[in-house]
Amino acid sequence: MKHIVNKHPLAIRWFHWLNFPLLAIMIWSGLLIYWAYDPYAIKLFGHTVFKFFPEWFYQKYHIKRRLAEGMAFHFVFMWLFAVNGLLYVLYTLFSGEWRYLLPKKSSWREAWLVLLHDLHLRKTAPPQNKYNAAQRIAYSAVIVMGLGSLLTGLAIYKPVQLYWLVFVCGGYKTARVIHFALTIGYCLFFVIHIIQVILAGWQNFISMIRGFEVADTDTAKIIVKRTDDERTT
Amino acid sequence: MNELPEDKAARQPKDVEPYDRKKVNRRTFISSLTFLAGGTLAYFGWNKLYLSPKETTADATAGAHAPLRKVLDANGNVFENAVSPDHLARTYPKAMAAKQPRVNGDIGIQKELEDNWRLNVVKSNNETLQITIDDLRKLPKTEFAFEFKCVEGWSQISHWGGVKFSDFVKHYQLNEQAKLAYVGMHTPDEKYYVGIDTPSAMHPQTLLCYEVSGQPLSAKHGAPLRLIIPTKYGIKNLKRIGTIFFSNDRPRDYWAELGYDYFSGL
Repeated sequence: MKHIVNKHPLAIRWFHWLNFPLLAIMIWSGLLIYWAYDPYAIKLFGHTVFKFFPEWFYQKYHIKRRLAEGMAFHFVFMWLFAVNGLLYVLYTLFSGEWRYLLPKKSSWREAWLVLLHDLHLRKTAPPQNKYNAAQRIAYSAVIVMGLGSLLTGLAIYKPVQLYWLVFVCGGYKTARVIHFALTIGYCLFFVIHIIQVILAGWQNFISMIRGFEVADTDTAKIIVKRTDDERTT
Repeated sequence: MNELPEDKAARQPKDVEPYDRKKVNRRTFISSLTFLAGGTLAYFGWNKLYLSPKETTADATAGAHAPLRKVLDANGNVFENAVSPDHLARTYPKAMAAKQPRVNGDIGIQKELEDNWRLNVVKSNNETLQITIDDLRKLPKTEFAFEFKCVEGWSQISHWGGVKFSDFVKHYQLNEQAKLAYVGMHTPDEKYYVGIDTPSAMHPQTLLCYEVSGQPLSAKHGAPLRLIIPTKYGIKNLKRIGTIFFSNDRPRDYWAELGYDYFSGL
């Protein structure tokens, strides 16, 4: 017998899909800003492995000489990006959704098993609820990263007025490096996220839009049982 | 199982519901439609903003999309008013300062300095002070090293010396003029010009600067007199000041006319 299994609350779907274009605009405008002073590179033994960013990249995506434009977009959309993120965090706190999202004690060990399973090195996946251990860690980490971007961003934006924040970030230059590294982090997150979504299939994907999955009795039972376990523990 | 009272349990969203094709179809239709409508709206909204005309030069700024400029100006107000102007930029020991501070830009100082340079201070329509560099050197000197920040993103600790703008205002009895909202400055050839909100100009670290690294300013650093304002990006630190004036309207600003934030405060 089939069941409707409710998965993602409406609010979380809104936060998710609003965040997607907002983060994209922040990254794009951030690139326009970064171009004006682009010293970062990955170096091994004094040899440059990869420069952020190669000339062809700037050329292809028309990044050059758009600092003023980048700053204008960045300092307008930062408000929307931050507010959407803060509302998401508040919602998960007050609705109790954090129970499915925060890593548990067992998550750290289980995440490893999830990885082995995903790489087809292990047959069975560890038991999971709405999100598996790896997802819990990833989705919590990306929120911590968001907070990091917000704080390092503010430190770079108003380093005199928010001098204490610059201190916390380890200085103006360090804050800029962290801000940049976190952005690269989002891009890596995005790539893995997309691969996982494709692998997880259509039901999983469309549940991020319509909120529910259609599942058979066994699957539904498992989810209900686990949900109850977590509500009571 | 849940030990919630009946009514509370009823309000909990149900995780599993019996399969109902109509319900599935209805919920899928509504949410997909909302998703597509939202996406379309976002697409056209973004296009409208991205292709919106650049502002006209009406109010001392230009070059930015008009809706963005409104937010930039609002941001300026938020940060200008929210935080006390007493906050000082961090200072460093002189020894940490770059021996040869970076030079970036020569707009307004391309021609050689004329011998008869004077600092013109417009007190009123019919009174302009003419001040020599020796007059300024007689005023109390302030020097410090701070992390100079360029709008491009680089920063460098450098050491500057000169007279505090606030001391200068006091000495030349410009207190009435300093009640106006803005201070305007431009190079003798008027090719580079900045507008500074007066609270930032009166900040205790804002200098009419005549020394860098303990030496008189070189031509490239803006001899004989430049502005050092640690609470703003380098673009506001005008070199070779020719004229200073006061105004309640925003004075023209070179980079704000090219799409940059007018306030440009740090």
